[in-house]
Amino acid sequence: MNFTHTEERQLFKDSVARLIADTYTLDARNKAAETDLGFSAEKWAQFAELGAIGALFSEDDGGFGGAPFDVTVLFEELGRGLVNEPFLATAILGGGLIAELGNTDQKAVIEEIIAGTKQFAFAHGEPKSRYDASHVETTAKKSGEGYVLNGAKAIVLNGGAADLLVVSARSSGAAWDEDGLSLFLVPADAAGLSRTAYPSIDGLHAAEIRLDNVTVGADALLGGEGKAWPAVEKVIARANLALASEAIGAMEVARDMTIEYLKTRKQFGVVIGKFQALQHRMATVLLEIEQARSSVINAAGRFDGSRVEREMAVSAAKTLAGKIGRLVAEEAIQMHGGIAMTWEYAVGHFAKRLVMIDHMFGDVDYHVARYVALSKEAA
Amino acid sequence: MDLSFSPEDLAFQAEVRAFLKAELSPALADKVRHNKKLTKEDMVGWHATLNKRGWLAQDWPKQYGGADWTPVQQQIFDDEASMANAPRIIPFGLKMLAPVLMKFGTEEQKAHYLPRILDGTDWWCQGYSEPGAGSDLASLKTRAVRDGDHYVINGQKTWTTLAQYADMIFCLVRTGTEGKPQEGISFILVDMKSPGITVRPIILLEGTHEVNEVFFDNVRVPAENLIGEENKGWTYAKYLLTHERTNIAGVGASKAALAEVKRIAKAETVRGVPLSDDPYFAARVAQVEMELDALSTTNLRVLSSPDAAASAGSISSMLKIKGTEIRQSINDLARRAIGPYAMPFVSEALEEGYNGDPVGPEYALGVAPDYFNNRKISIFGGSNEIQRGIISKMVMGL
Ligand SMILES: Cc1cc2nc3c(=O)[nH]c(=O)nc-3n(C[C@H](O)[C@H](O)[C@H](O)COP(=O)(O)OP(=O)(O)OC[C@H]3O[C@@H](n4cnc5c(N)ncnc54)[C@H](O)[C@@H]3O)c2cc1C
Ligand SMILES: Cc1cc2nc3c(=O)[nH]c(=O)nc-3n(C[C@H](O)[C@H](O)[C@H](O)COP(=O)(O)OP(=O)(O)OC[C@H]3O[C@@H](n4cnc5c(N)ncnc54)[C@H](O)[C@@H]3O)c2cc1C
Repeated sequence: MNFTHTEERQLFKDSVARLIADTYTLDARNKAAETDLGFSAEKWAQFAELGAIGALFSEDDGGFGGAPFDVTVLFEELGRGLVNEPFLATAILGGGLIAELGNTDQKAVIEEIIAGTKQFAFAHGEPKSRYDASHVETTAKKSGEGYVLNGAKAIVLNGGAADLLVVSARSSGAAWDEDGLSLFLVPADAAGLSRTAYPSIDGLHAAEIRLDNVTVGADALLGGEGKAWPAVEKVIARANLALASEAIGAMEVARDMTIEYLKTRKQFGVVIGKFQALQHRMATVLLEIEQARSSVINAAGRFDGSRVEREMAVSAAKTLAGKIGRLVAEEAIQMHGGIAMTWEYAVGHFAKRLVMIDHMFGDVDYHVARYVALSKEAA
Repeated sequence: MDLSFSPEDLAFQAEVRAFLKAELSPALADKVRHNKKLTKEDMVGWHATLNKRGWLAQDWPKQYGGADWTPVQQQIFDDEASMANAPRIIPFGLKMLAPVLMKFGTEEQKAHYLPRILDGTDWWCQGYSEPGAGSDLASLKTRAVRDGDHYVINGQKTWTTLAQYADMIFCLVRTGTEGKPQEGISFILVDMKSPGITVRPIILLEGTHEVNEVFFDNVRVPAENLIGEENKGWTYAKYLLTHERTNIAGVGASKAALAEVKRIAKAETVRGVPLSDDPYFAARVAQVEMELDALSTTNLRVLSSPDAAASAGSISSMLKIKGTEIRQSINDLARRAIGPYAMPFVSEALEEGYNGDPVGPEYALGVAPDYFNNRKISIFGGSNEIQRGIISKMVMGL
């Protein structure tokens, strides 16, 4: 057993932490969230230069990492900074699917992702799919050498800024069959593709996307026709590992801000941290965050094991992130009092992100049910 | 024991339903149901509609133009109006200031202010909290110094709800520094148009402008605006806290919000099955519903009890804690129910006259903002920690 990071990974973690601490402000982040792009192009370039995007890809794919613990280390720091640059959409989801399924030609674009010059989105969720990752009604019909895509995609992260979309569509089967799913690389300006982009309540951006007879060539297909499910499942697992890690960073900041406030805010002639009613709850917050961290370590450590092992550990980590993220968000606000209810004070923004993490790629109920189903498979 | 309403109460309930059906416009109800932003006109207009019927000042005695309803009647109205998605009654003038005026105000003050609350001439806001005086309200520092037939006020109030619309503010101010902090506080009424008052918006975490900072820079207030005696303001403010028992639990609003959650859960589907049939989700809803049903009865037990006044303070603390916890768990159910559509936030879509494309189902628009906004209910009006402290002291003698 060894719970320390390799020296190299620790150095990487420190360098990302430093960039965020030195140059990344909540105020600038929130202002960038109000632009059409939804994040700062300049910051994205800085992250690229630091190698933060490349850390999410293996050496074979032109990166310098890509291991599960590279994901957790990076996303924890991103969570600490409440970073809204599109690491998840572009690198983990878009880049991750290309890395999993792409042929040599298709993988060429990973270099541009790592360099920070291409934006991606995974156009997968649909208006009726909720968290069900195999629920795809968008259709892919063979037409000559290529395909014609029709359907609607919902809450596509980074959908407005993306240059290229990885679109999931059904080649065969019923709405939520795992078999029959195909993935296509589609330029965002393809004819018949329309996007409505909008902000999210936690400072990200997403888009509703329509595909009306969008035609793509055979070279747009990622992997085998109708065979995309295992890669989709695995990449979503990586997204959930990233989100659970991001949650830990955000929880720790919210925790530290609250402890600091308990030590400085005075009411009734004493600092409010003297009230045991608050002390014990803060202690609970502290130990619960340690639980969340352990569940993320479990998930990263088991990520390269069997499918069931990976998926169970990821669902556990995402469940704890959802449950404990909510606890930390609500307690941080409550123990601050009115000040935490304001836009100007940072903790509310961390709280919003923490609660919204529960709404991405499966909430607590979804992952508990999934864990139960996977346990039966494991038995 | 008999859980049913009396025939009189049932007749009253029918009357309230008929009124709501006739007078509450579907457009306004739709805004309330979807947590869209109400304009000042919406709020003032609903007050006027109620006032026309004589139902605005529900707990005021008849002599002041009130409806003089029993607590049970008030609860019936609240349940019915909430379930019909009527706007809530803005409490500052009607429920917070008026009882103090009636008990401690002069005849001139009552004759001047009470009718203006009823007819909407004066929109009141509550100037208690200060940056340094939240839970420890008695530590407030805003000074009022007597100067001839005026008081001169200097200082700052904060968190002042809807002060941007207010004509008048009732304030707790420091007039004395001797003895306990509670002993040097006075209760005074201030015209918001007075020179020296500045109102600055505070934007809440979900982006709304609901509260404000109110600054006082040598604001001159006629001495006749003082309520009761100088340095007795804390007694008047406390009277209000013990007086106010109805509606603290927010049972009606919670019932309406839970009904909305159920509607959403019927519309949302998981693999073709309504979310309302999902065992995890259904269990969450069921548990909140059981709690709410019990709270509704706790509330009616309190309202029906002849000697409730004796222990009103601690009982209102219980109702507030349970009421806010249940309301917040309903907000939590609602965000779970809408799934990924909790994320999109097109704030303009919550404003009047928006005609852009909706993102996701209409019922999802206001859910996440309301979840975050309602974190306030366990903080304001005496936080739930303060309320538990009151129960410990007053009921258990700890
Ligand atoms: C949206 C909103 C609207 C409001 N509207 C108004 C208004 O219209 N008019 C007005 O005057 N005020 C208003 N308030 C102010 C509200 O009443 C105060 O926020 C409240 O009294 C808490 O004070 P505080 O925010 O300073 O928190 P603090 O008093 O600083 O409390 C911080 C934390 O410490 C806890 N704490 C404090 N003392 C104790 C103790 N003895 N034991 C245990 N825990 C303790 C609190 O419970 C809280 O968790 C509003 C507040 C909000 C958020
Ligand atoms: C805007 C605002 C609104 C508030 N609204 C409420 C509210 O609706 N309900 C509420 O309980 N607190 C409310 N508070 C908090 C309250 O005013 C005090 O901060 C809190 O009660 C603690 O006061 P204290 O320690 O100075 O005790 P004191 O007020 O000095 O207490 C003196 C005695 O009165 C008792 N007492 C305290 N509260 C009550 C009560 N509610 N009824 C009868 N006796 C009581 C105490 O137990 C004690 O024995 C509000 C605060 C703000 C800022």
